[in-house]
Amino acid sequence: MYKLLLCLRYLRTRYIALACIVSVTLGVATMIVVNSVMAGFSSEMRDRIHGLLADVVLESASIDGHPDPEAHMARIRQVCGDDIEAMTPTVEVYGMLSFQYLGHWITRPVTLIGIDPEGKAKVGPLKEYLDSYREITDGDTVVRQPLRDVGVPAGWTLTPEAVAHREAVKLHELQYYREQDGETGRIDPSTIVEQPGGETRTAEREFDPSEFDTDEPGEENVADDAPTFDEPPFDPSKLFEDEIEEVDPTAPLRGRLFVGSGLVSFPQEDPQTGKVKTIVMVRPGDDVKISTVTSGRPPDTIHFNATVCDVFKSGMSEYDSSLVFCNLEYLQEVRGMLHPETGTRSITTIQIKLKDFKDADEVIAKLREAFPPGMWSIQTWEEKQGPLLAAVEVESAILNVLLFLIIAVAGFGILAIFFMIVVEKTRDIGILKALGASSRGVMSIFLGYGLALGVVGSGAGVVMGLLFVAYINEIEDVITWLTGREVFDQTIYYFPAIPTAVSVGMVLWVSFGAMLIAVLASILPARRAASLHPVEALRFE
Amino acid sequence: MTTETPTLDTPPDVSDDRPDTLAMPKPQLTCYALEKSYRKADHEVPVLRGVDLEVREGEFLSIVGQSGSGKSTLLHLMGLLDAPDVGEIRLGDQRIDDLPERTLDELRNHVFGFVFQFYHLLPELSLLENVLSPLMIRLSLLGYWRKRKELREQAREMIAKVGLDHRLSHKPRELSGGEMQRAAIARALVSKPRILLADEPTGNLDGETGREIMDLLADLNDREKLTIVMVTHDAALAREADRTLELVKGRLVGQAAAA
Repeated sequence: MYKLLLCLRYLRTRYIALACIVSVTLGVATMIVVNSVMAGFSSEMRDRIHGLLADVVLESASIDGHPDPEAHMARIRQVCGDDIEAMTPTVEVYGMLSFQYLGHWITRPVTLIGIDPEGKAKVGPLKEYLDSYREITDGDTVVRQPLRDVGVPAGWTLTPEAVAHREAVKLHELQYYREQDGETGRIDPSTIVEQPGGETRTAEREFDPSEFDTDEPGEENVADDAPTFDEPPFDPSKLFEDEIEEVDPTAPLRGRLFVGSGLVSFPQEDPQTGKVKTIVMVRPGDDVKISTVTSGRPPDTIHFNATVCDVFKSGMSEYDSSLVFCNLEYLQEVRGMLHPETGTRSITTIQIKLKDFKDADEVIAKLREAFPPGMWSIQTWEEKQGPLLAAVEVESAILNVLLFLIIAVAGFGILAIFFMIVVEKTRDIGILKALGASSRGVMSIFLGYGLALGVVGSGAGVVMGLLFVAYINEIEDVITWLTGREVFDQTIYYFPAIPTAVSVGMVLWVSFGAMLIAVLASILPARRAASLHPVEALRFE
Repeated sequence: MTTETPTLDTPPDVSDDRPDTLAMPKPQLTCYALEKSYRKADHEVPVLRGVDLEVREGEFLSIVGQSGSGKSTLLHLMGLLDAPDVGEIRLGDQRIDDLPERTLDELRNHVFGFVFQFYHLLPELSLLENVLSPLMIRLSLLGYWRKRKELREQAREMIAKVGLDHRLSHKPRELSGGEMQRAAIARALVSKPRILLADEPTGNLDGETGREIMDLLADLNDREKLTIVMVTHDAALAREADRTLELVKGRLVGQAAAA
């Protein structure tokens, strides 16, 4: 009984012990805050990394792909149909995206993915990332309402806004070229000089190569059948052999794209206001050029023009600045992935969504058995992004170790302060022993005292940490306001606010760890107190 | 060891006084040939060089001696706060100085009550809690909780007996020296000890207050037949006891008779 009473009394009257409590509190609070933010980041990161990747991806080793996706999908279903929720065949190939901005051609390496939007939407989020389904905000104010209703399935159509934009641009161009023609006459084919980039020089004067023969507005897909630059002399009349029909020049091209926002826009800080604005270089309705390779030996370069139907932003900069989705049939066509006789289409990749991602290992094992490893590589999205995910995990592990050192420091603080208290209380310890307290009893006073410090300290730490986490964005604002420096720069992190995730297990772990350290730190002083000789303790001045 | 010491078989006949008044009361606490030395720096300093002593039931025994004569040490040995180098201590017929630690703790709690020169109250606890502390030490948390009312009553009674019932919730630093010593006596008595060991109980008090404390002790001895062993350097005070022994350089020498 006296132990409890004394513990509580010491806790209330020894102000030096407040230092211990404060250090435990701060340590616990820091750990909770950092862990929550790390967990928030990491789950947000995972979401984003997962974002455009399907749960399991069956990839052909060759970019030529394999014919007959239905047969493959049937085989997959046969192997592990129970675990599979949806599948979609795609074609993945590297390529280049070129577009004109401020009179310059900008070319970016991209991964070109031919998808069927409906199929793709079934294996993972797609619509959610498309600009036309999202409201655009600037801070808290909504700049633009979503252009499409969530209920509308993702497809290759243009929004009315994009159509209007396209019409305006095209008509403006037509106007321009008509004027040009009036002055200089038609472009003389002999002036067209081959360029190493595969682009023809005429293109420099054009907004879009597909428009370069403006008095013949019916043409499109100039580059469709790989008008390669290695076949001079260039004969424009050839281009119109296959399809010459009267088409509205403002109608979108056959190639349709969803382009990553990072590819066609960039953030720019306004030097006056310090606000970051996104400069858009290509918007839905514009035409861009895609260069890639055909299937078959040897792979040939092909170029085609396509209309950007939408811009996507998954929040994962790696994807947003490298992925371009294209309509699958068209990509198969231009890459020559149709069997000339049977018309069978080839695909390079099958994206699979599982009913429960926990079964991924099993599914992978079954699929690896069914599909020979030389021809197909089968990976989960986690495996595909292994290093990135591992990096996040390693980072959080290291941070935890470092932070635990903070609490360990608090532990040493307790150790030192406890030694002091034991010295200060030497005479009282002698008295207790004279009154019949056992050594164990005396020891347990100090162990209990340590535990009490740990409990109070970590209790306060948990409260403080959770409050901090709850108001972290407000706190960030205050710090930003105080220091004048943005602590959490949205342009770096891509998150509108600091993401947090509090897990009960982590909080328990941290607080128990802190209590344990407090008790451990009090063992030595407690033993010392217990071993004090009563007579010497009583004589102690 | 350094001096010629009376051996264990020295009969307790050395012990003191003339055949007293009535039938001799039973010896309650007996010390045989106690020796104790302390190590200071490199050499041993002998403090007690063979002390034989008998404390009889219900007596008020005082031991006088100058500073450094070893009287406090003797008291500590008798109260089991320290173990003798040589010799033994018996409570009734049972040797108690070589018992295991746990038993010693219990004996200190049950059999002996201590009063110190500097009161030695626990500064964090109120007067009532200080007085309760031996009972708290004796009982487990649960045991104390069950009997808390009864025990508090007991402690209050004891505090009333020493005349401090108006200061129950005061902290030691809010009490005067005399009050603190009264509190210490109440604490020593609350566990109903068989022997009260007092180490210079008035040493830190002015004459008047010291007087009161002495009266209190004498009263307790008279009325409750409490055995009291008091050590003091003040021969005048010592004379108030039934029986006085003198400790010189670690040996009991003279025996002054009670008044």
